[in-house]
Amino acid sequence: MIQVNSLISIRNLEKIYKMGDVEVPALCGINLDIEKGEFVAVMGASGSGKSTFMNILGCLDRPTRGTYRLEGQEVGSLSSNQWAYLRNHKIGFVFQGFNLLARTSALENVELPMMYNGLQSRERHRRALETLSWVGLGDRIDHMPNQLSGGQQQRVAVARALVNRPSLILADEPTGNLDSKTGAEIMELFQNLNRREGITLVLVTHEADIAEYANRQIHFRDGLITSDERSNEGKE
Amino acid sequence: MWLMTLRIALRALRRNKLRSFLTMLGIIIGVGAVIAMVAIGEGAKALVKAQIASLGTNVLVIVPGASMPGGVRTGFGGVRTLLDSDARAIAEEVPAVALASPSLRRTEQVVAANQNWATLIQGVSPEFPQIRGWQVEEGRFIIDGDLDNAAKVAVIGRTVADNLFGNEDPIDAVIRIRNIPFRIVGILEAKGQTGHGTDQDDTIMVPYTTMQKRIMRITWVQSIHVSVVSAERMKEAQDQITALLRQRHRIQADQDDDFTVRNLTDIAAASSGTTQVMAVLLGSIASISLLVGGIGIMNIMLVSVTERTREIGIRMAVGARSRDIMLQFIVEAVVMAALGGALGIVLGVGSSDMIHRFMEWPVLIRPDIIAFALLVSGGVGVFFGFYPAQKASRLDPIEALRYE
Repeated sequence: MIQVNSLISIRNLEKIYKMGDVEVPALCGINLDIEKGEFVAVMGASGSGKSTFMNILGCLDRPTRGTYRLEGQEVGSLSSNQWAYLRNHKIGFVFQGFNLLARTSALENVELPMMYNGLQSRERHRRALETLSWVGLGDRIDHMPNQLSGGQQQRVAVARALVNRPSLILADEPTGNLDSKTGAEIMELFQNLNRREGITLVLVTHEADIAEYANRQIHFRDGLITSDERSNEGKE
Repeated sequence: MWLMTLRIALRALRRNKLRSFLTMLGIIIGVGAVIAMVAIGEGAKALVKAQIASLGTNVLVIVPGASMPGGVRTGFGGVRTLLDSDARAIAEEVPAVALASPSLRRTEQVVAANQNWATLIQGVSPEFPQIRGWQVEEGRFIIDGDLDNAAKVAVIGRTVADNLFGNEDPIDAVIRIRNIPFRIVGILEAKGQTGHGTDQDDTIMVPYTTMQKRIMRITWVQSIHVSVVSAERMKEAQDQITALLRQRHRIQADQDDDFTVRNLTDIAAASSGTTQVMAVLLGSIASISLLVGGIGIMNIMLVSVTERTREIGIRMAVGARSRDIMLQFIVEAVVMAALGGALGIVLGVGSSDMIHRFMEWPVLIRPDIIAFALLVSGGVGVFFGFYPAQKASRLDPIEALRYE
């Protein structure tokens, strides 16, 4: 049953939150495989379970039942230190609110993930510069987040997610705080990442036109996947 | 890794300069107070120690009259029971005693040429300087020959020399005590003040026989100074002297002593005990302020953890382990405490110096106390930084990322 070559393999995944005595189910048995190099958009209303799903995918939250394999490795049974290792090496996060460190230069923000994997400072520097240039901010490396536009801040965040060369980037409403033009630019950046660098992307959004950039759209409702459509050609 | 954590900590502290400084101020004052207070305490102890040394080592003083309460007694030296022969007998017959010197004292007006000065005249034997650990700086001391013919020779203290002769050489000069001319044969080295502030150098020493016959016109002596061969034999010497004098004074078994043997070192030791207590007291009060400083650090670190919840979430999301977060906050607290400690040392040493200069109190800054203060302030950082750091490291990254 289990496809060994899948990047992500999820079986019967359940997540139940306890609010005092009441049990609130957030995910009610999800089965999903995501292959290397896919660009997946996760859609659904708030409360549909998509955020919980993303948290579990990002090794930030533990499932109540079921299995989650990342590159064939069962993740649910790992220690929190091993999770930190996975977040550092395998997963990059891009958030709606950018989540950059305030009063810290773009360069240092991008260097942040490499501070937790023992890279030498020269190598950190080199890779952060390279990645910032890749996202088109090679001339803004010393700017603080408050000196950058929203789109530029999100590019810094993308560079930070990218810098440790993860196999998976998770983006939680990355265009939610941006105007449509800047949002489109960020989406093009993601598309480039996916097509040229072959990085697997999972993106949460509630905007249909943003989801069209992906080549697979998954809909969540009441903790279940209601539809899973592939379109070979993403939006140009 | 460590260097980087240190850099992150320094940057975090720089971001809130005033707050970091105010937090450090608790440690600065704490460490400064510990160093200054200990310096004062140690200074007082050193002074007392020096005073004990200036009394001479292992000195007993025998004075007339019992030290027990009861009965009417005349003042010091008024009782005519001690004789110079007692002093000789003690020196010769008590094995634990090395040297003994009779002593008579009276304040007199002394005249030299056109100068005059009131000073303490002491009648002693040639052994006296050895007993008191005193040296003759120039010339000679009283010799046995001076005793035999009650010679009119005097050895003067530094203060007397300065006041009567200024820059002139006093040796062989003549001074008049009660209109009797005395030739100066020696000058004593400066000895400084006693614990009670008496200037020990404001004195003139003459042979005790001269003092008895020519100045005071009495036949007894006022006290006997004795040096014991070693500190261990003080008690033995005290007992033997008591037995000998009781026998010589023909005191019956049921009668009280008509003399008292005083141990000067004991008296000084009691006063050094008091200083010890004072030093400990000062040190512990100062330590409390160090503790309060530590609590200040803990308080600010807790605030900082709350304020930087989102930063902690971001760091965790990009791969920081719990212990990375914990280390970051502990290092921050330790840097703050150690920096405060270093500034506190500057403050402590500086204020000790000021106290010494302006209040003329003796201070003694001990390097080991400085090292200790630095170590303690670092320890305060670890101790009071631990709880906030642990709190930070246990945050749920999902919650932390959502924190506004």
